[in-house]
Amino acid sequence: MLRDISLHIHDLTENSITAGATLIRIGLFAENGMLSLVIQDNGCGMSKELVEKVVDPFTTSRKERKVGMGIPFFKLACEQAGGCFAISSEPGKGTELKGSFVIGNIDRLPLGDVGETVGMLIFEKASIRYVLSMRAGEREFVLDTDEVKAQLDGAPIDDFEIVQWIKEYVNESVSNIFGGVLDEIT
Amino acid sequence: MKSLEELRALKAKVKNDMSLRDGSEDTRVVVGMATCGIAAGARPVMNAFLEEVSKRNIKNVQVTMTGCMGLCRLEPIVEVIDKDGNKVTYVKMNAEKASRVVAEHLVNGRVVTEYTIGAAAQ
Repeated sequence: MLRDISLHIHDLTENSITAGATLIRIGLFAENGMLSLVIQDNGCGMSKELVEKVVDPFTTSRKERKVGMGIPFFKLACEQAGGCFAISSEPGKGTELKGSFVIGNIDRLPLGDVGETVGMLIFEKASIRYVLSMRAGEREFVLDTDEVKAQLDGAPIDDFEIVQWIKEYVNESVSNIFGGVLDEIT
Repeated sequence: MKSLEELRALKAKVKNDMSLRDGSEDTRVVVGMATCGIAAGARPVMNAFLEEVSKRNIKNVQVTMTGCMGLCRLEPIVEVIDKDGNKVTYVKMNAEKASRVVAEHLVNGRVVTEYTIGAAAQ
């Protein structure tokens, strides 16, 4: 099992990278006592048959092994915390995945290190445009790696020090937005 | 609070560092980063490699990620591949072991035999 939501985000986004996405949107929204996570990509998408089977741990597209645990684990994490899970996909267009959690549920996973997740994704494939949005009530934050790249004017976004800055920038915003909303963040 | 001024200052520094690099990255460090790897703690391992390589200013090493290598029970797995394609596979890694692999293998060229897949099989 994955220990926190940031690890799930990382794991699920790997699927988008494998699907050849060039734009990946990650959203974390808290409202009415629920936390929802939305991941949207413009990758190759899946057929209707595959979408229906993808929550089955014995479905995978890879050849190294016969199981695919990422989506089943995430679905379980949502349902254990009183939330639900949905996935929709269209071949050639992309995939959208949504999961929700009851914030006050004792089994809700902690948010974890979201900055670290964003950093890892940039290290993994810097050419992808990642857009992270977070919202709780009036407070909102958006990080768009294309905007960061425009600021950098040619310097590589996956340089160690720049990624370090992005990580801290994201985590500061996580505290600003979810502090007092998700009880683990002070 | 982080500011965009900081980012601009960093940009100048990074661009300057870049011009010092000769672009020869002959050793690759590959960290397995599928569900199995992430669940087993591949992220701190990846971080330790990136941090040590940056701290020691090692120029000829590229740290990358890959998916599942098919040996989930031995994750986190790290492969070190030299410029001739020779591969050393380290298994059941953690951040501490990663720092040692950087110091002994990447810097001094001595394989840390006790962490390799061969040692784990015995």
